[in-house]
Amino acid sequence: MSLGRKIYLKNDKDKKKLKPGEFIELDVDLILSNDITTPLAIDAFNQSKISKMKNPEKAVIVADHFTPNKDIDSAEQVKKVRDFARKWNLKFFDAGCGIEHTLLPEQGLVVPGDIIIGADSHTVTYGALGAVSSGVGSTDVAYGWATGKAWFKVPEAIKVVLKGSLQPHVSGKDIVLYLISLLGVDGALYKGLEFCGETLSELSMASRFTIANMVIECGAKYGIMEPDEKTINYVEKRAQRPYSPLPDNYSIKEDKDFDEVMEIDCSIIEPQVAFPSSPANSVPVSSIKKIKVDQVVLGSCTNGRWEDFIKAAEILKGKKAKEGLRFIVIPSTAALYKKMVDEGLLSVFIDAGAIISPPTCGPCLGGHMGILASGEKALSTTNRNFVGRMGHKDSKVYLANPEVAAATAINGYISAP
Amino acid sequence: MDKKQLNIKGKVFKFADSVDTDQIIPARFLDTSDPEQLASHCMSGVDEDFSSKVKPGDIIVAGKNFGCGSSREHAPLSIKGCGIAAVVAESFARIFFRNAINIGLPIIECTDFKANTGEEISIDLEKGHIENLTTGDAATFSKFPEFLSKIIASGGLMEKAKKGVAGE
Repeated sequence: MSLGRKIYLKNDKDKKKLKPGEFIELDVDLILSNDITTPLAIDAFNQSKISKMKNPEKAVIVADHFTPNKDIDSAEQVKKVRDFARKWNLKFFDAGCGIEHTLLPEQGLVVPGDIIIGADSHTVTYGALGAVSSGVGSTDVAYGWATGKAWFKVPEAIKVVLKGSLQPHVSGKDIVLYLISLLGVDGALYKGLEFCGETLSELSMASRFTIANMVIECGAKYGIMEPDEKTINYVEKRAQRPYSPLPDNYSIKEDKDFDEVMEIDCSIIEPQVAFPSSPANSVPVSSIKKIKVDQVVLGSCTNGRWEDFIKAAEILKGKKAKEGLRFIVIPSTAALYKKMVDEGLLSVFIDAGAIISPPTCGPCLGGHMGILASGEKALSTTNRNFVGRMGHKDSKVYLANPEVAAATAINGYISAP
Repeated sequence: MDKKQLNIKGKVFKFADSVDTDQIIPARFLDTSDPEQLASHCMSGVDEDFSSKVKPGDIIVAGKNFGCGSSREHAPLSIKGCGIAAVVAESFARIFFRNAINIGLPIIECTDFKANTGEEISIDLEKGHIENLTTGDAATFSKFPEFLSKIIASGGLMEKAKKGVAGE
């Protein structure tokens, strides 16, 4: 049985076999929402006139998208969310605490074996910790608050075996962009991706989070990784809830458990750049002719972790961003921001001429703090380059890893590190 | 569900493959949850005049992977807010699919049906039959499994929650 189905089964009181395609309702372990998706969940919950929540302790709300609030309407929305969280005594992270998908693992709110739903498509990030974690909608969140449950279609699963040693300057972002280019934007639609293989064992947690984060860009329902010692080292000093360390049955084993098996030779992957307007449009950075950019964004739930900033700083140290280019650096949580100050990392970026943003999703979704005008181009370590994603519909976004972002900031055009 | 909803007839607005939720409702309009306001920006990432052209009862026909990208429920809400009677696509991105079920926006998955903007089509939800009244093209589609039909029949997911909570 696939790892995803095993974890579903853990919370299935009827202990059915869970065949792919079957519909089930399961208890969930965590229910996430943010400042954009929570207001609709509040409306659905209040309109239902349900007067109690089954498991308020499962709810986590993060104000991270339009925060610090960009205008009066977004301030009103966060006020509504803040008041609701207070009334129901829900865990609420206010503006500046962090970007949800870096914040929750950092705070120890996710543990291996969890079933997680989140009204944010990048909820898939927690697969890196061995959780079955899927994006849902606001009404699902309201239903989860009321019942502690969510409905699922048991998905087919694709086993993804990562093999081979990585080339220099290649990390999780390049592996996942390469994978999406193979699968296409709907190649894993309604399916789970389950990662294993020698290369996965070598990857840092930061790279694993990046890969899991972007599986939604090929349509996947979740992207889970077998928990190993690195996972447990990450989780054990943070976990706020009990969990089973490395149970035997959390492994991704036989090919016959899967509907499809893919082997990726990671040794052939160069740093990738995804061209507008699809995350599946990636090519090796070495194949690109000079593309001048107006803005570089370093951060986000995809690439906003300590290791991402360290890698970018190694390239930027003592150098300046190209004159006329806007270089936006976004530490993704308050704790990470402080660590970057304490350890002198932030100075590297400030000396390079970067704009240091508070933790926010901001420019990634064209919300605020770095919107593009018509005709402008950005290279960004974020996850989407859809039409108009970062601003005007005639602006363009190229996606890449933090080292490509650093090299591009220095040269002013898309560059290999 | 009353009889009227089981038979849908309307004018088509045709869209391509992989229409993402940033195109259905760009993020800058997500500072409200009012369906009417959301409706006034519906599809503005693809066609800025869509909300002024669309009329209640019209039908969206699209290619593969409709509604991919963000989880924002604002996307199906803005479509519902326009009075769109149904969305027909070759396939739906999974979060959009569940959002549509949860809020009661009729969606139909059909791989071999062709229609262009301006043509008139009819959909029989009970028989699983779809027909292009302009060109004569017709196709069949699978009805929803019982689990999903029950959510739809109870009037959306929160109605189901009410019954569940009351039943405990």
